[in-house]
Amino acid sequence: MTSAGLAGLSNDLLYSAMAVYAIAMVSFAAELAFWGRRSTSPVSVPAGERELATVGAGTATSGAYAQQAQVPDDGRTSRSDRLGRAAVSLTVLAFALHLGSVVARGVSAERAPWGNMFEFSVTGALAVTGAFLVLLTRRDVRYLGTFVVLPVLLTLGLAVAVLYTESAQLVPALKSVWLVIHVSAAIIASGILTVAFAQTVLFLVQERFERRAPEARRRSFMDRLPSAAALDRSAYRMHAFAYPIWTFAVIAGAIWAENAWGRYWGWDPKEVWAFITWMVYTAYLHARATAGWKGRRAAYVALLGYATFLFNYLVVNIWLVGFHSYAGVG
Amino acid sequence: MRTALVLLFLLTLAALPGSLVPQRSVDPLRTQQFATDNPTLARWYERLSLFEVYSSPWFAAIYLLLFVSLVGCVLPRSLGHLSAVRARPPAAPRNLDRLPVHESWTTSAGRADVLSTARGVLRKARFRVDDGDGSVAAERGHWRETGNLVFHLSLLLLLVAVALGNLFGFKGSVLVVEGRAFSNTVTAYDTFTGGAAFDEGSLAPFTVALDELAVRYQTSGDQRGAPRDFRAAVTYTPSPEAPEQRGVLRVNHPLTVDGTKVFLLGNGYAPVFTVRDATGAVVFSGPVPFLPRDGNMASTGVVKVPSAQPEQLGFEGLFLPTAVLDRQRGPVSAYPDTTLPRAVLTAFTGDLGVDDGSPQSVYSLDKRGLTQVRGDGGQPLAQSLAPGTTMDLPDGASITFDGVRRWASLQVARNPGTGPALAASVLALAGLMLSLFVRRRRVWVRVGDAPGGRTLVEVAGLARSEGESRDALAEEVGALAEQMGMEPRRGT
Repeated sequence: MTSAGLAGLSNDLLYSAMAVYAIAMVSFAAELAFWGRRSTSPVSVPAGERELATVGAGTATSGAYAQQAQVPDDGRTSRSDRLGRAAVSLTVLAFALHLGSVVARGVSAERAPWGNMFEFSVTGALAVTGAFLVLLTRRDVRYLGTFVVLPVLLTLGLAVAVLYTESAQLVPALKSVWLVIHVSAAIIASGILTVAFAQTVLFLVQERFERRAPEARRRSFMDRLPSAAALDRSAYRMHAFAYPIWTFAVIAGAIWAENAWGRYWGWDPKEVWAFITWMVYTAYLHARATAGWKGRRAAYVALLGYATFLFNYLVVNIWLVGFHSYAGVG
Repeated sequence: MRTALVLLFLLTLAALPGSLVPQRSVDPLRTQQFATDNPTLARWYERLSLFEVYSSPWFAAIYLLLFVSLVGCVLPRSLGHLSAVRARPPAAPRNLDRLPVHESWTTSAGRADVLSTARGVLRKARFRVDDGDGSVAAERGHWRETGNLVFHLSLLLLLVAVALGNLFGFKGSVLVVEGRAFSNTVTAYDTFTGGAAFDEGSLAPFTVALDELAVRYQTSGDQRGAPRDFRAAVTYTPSPEAPEQRGVLRVNHPLTVDGTKVFLLGNGYAPVFTVRDATGAVVFSGPVPFLPRDGNMASTGVVKVPSAQPEQLGFEGLFLPTAVLDRQRGPVSAYPDTTLPRAVLTAFTGDLGVDDGSPQSVYSLDKRGLTQVRGDGGQPLAQSLAPGTTMDLPDGASITFDGVRRWASLQVARNPGTGPALAASVLALAGLMLSLFVRRRRVWVRVGDAPGGRTLVEVAGLARSEGESRDALAEEVGALAEQMGMEPRRGT
């Protein structure tokens, strides 16, 4: 197949992936919605007793999940469960199409498929889904589906609508083995950080939800989610996993900069913002060990960290003048 | 910790303006332009060191405070850790069933046998084990704190490496036209920055000649004109006595001569001109580097001829590698390679202002003492020249556009701090991973009497690192207990 043919195939696969993602997202959302209605069921456990029920359940996973497995089918639960399973299958299918698109793009251009901002966004979105699916094999995080597929779809939409760039060779500055090492590390870290971000947001909502008196709470899909404590722990673990990868990406970037420009650190805007992101996540890890900063406050720091990452990805690439102007946009 | 947190936020905040305000160390030309465009604002920025954020006193104050706080925290912790590593695992608490994770069972084995099996199992799981009265205490995961301390100390090492580079390193940039050479001396560079302790005598005595700069551009598609390859063929001599060597310099592939690296950073065109004055004598001949102004390499520059008679001559030029006439914008370049090269020139006579020795840009004319040369109709004289053609001035002087060469901008740098900085970074990363991923645990085993002459075995665990769920610990303690002889649980 010709290079242009492969590039066309890559685009077709990407559009197909987006369509499947959209259906998956609706299914995930429907799962949560239908689960919420299960409250009419006589066996449902009042939200306030959840923690107790969990402790009683011994070593089972925390939060509402444990109960869901123990509660007998009442029709609605199984419908909700079927939807959830379908959503996961659809996400796997979308991931496969998405991966195919990225590979076809790479083969068509004969290089790593992250040479401009369009490609970075598409591959970055793939990393988000990838991080989610890997986590899903280890823990039951189906509740995250909606909140992971949504940013993936938004990113892909932005990529095809605004950032689209034809498949082509690289500018000389990017022809380096460090493009593979530095950028792939940044992409993987951002995929994990995005999942961690979704968990952090859910933690903040759940924490607020749990602070209300049980009687004052309305039935909500938040009942379906793990407890705030479990969400917080899970978000921390994802952040702690992403942080060394981000650190490595920054170090690899410094090595590349030394190779290309003769200095390993020059405070170019992209470097400044990579540093800022690193510092904020450092502050997050510190905050969790600092009295008075645990929980909600630390979570806000993590959100700030993600905001600086987004700024680096969207604003610095396009609007700030610097050495890292490879966006290929405009 | 709270102080460190505040300082981390402060340093983050302090790093921010440097990405929004142009920095002299990053882009001196843009900084200059900004200061010219906003003189009042620039005065304030200057006072606040906002053009040099990262070498400003306030930025240094914050990171030095951060490092002071780091040392203040890490040193006592290192001492504490040292004694913790030497110490024996804390003895088993009286009531193991009060710990978050707890298992118990009875066995027919004797107490001593049970404890001896437990010790073996725990040692195999890389615990440090200590005997108590009818109990075993075990601890694992000191590497977590070791990694944490290594990470923080590596950051100190990184600071030292950066300081080393700033003191002893140098960085010079030079523009070299094809066919010309430069030598590694301070005066040969267009810009040069050496560290405070940098010794000019330590510059390696090499010369580099640029033989040819080959450039390839994308020829089709929506990225038509985007650069695809730069290759600078060079001939260099590592020292005056050494034989000549040939090399190729590419972006991302610097040339290393005697520990000093030469990088290819940019390129441009240097049109070649021959200027004759009114007497007919050749008063200038050679390439003149022009600076690229857009992606299609439309470049501007000037030719200054102070030795022309009777008056000094100056030319302002626009070089277009692929010239087309745009209805609105006039002559522009449509493609960065030389498919239809043209030089558009205007001429000036008078005083160039170069005789009093004051510094002047080689890319612009100081027009205060100059008058523009006009044609017969009184219009300013301007002509678009193809290679090999000549523009005649009314007084008999002329300028011939002979052709065009390329120039390369080279960055030459040596930074003795690079190696140590890399070592510190790798060490920091290794320490970081230990501090995040090693799990710290304490496990205790206690034996007691059970009815019927059997032995009661209790195992309990305590997680001592952050972000761990009870489940993970429970699973681990359960597995240890099974190895010690507990009946396996069904389906957990």
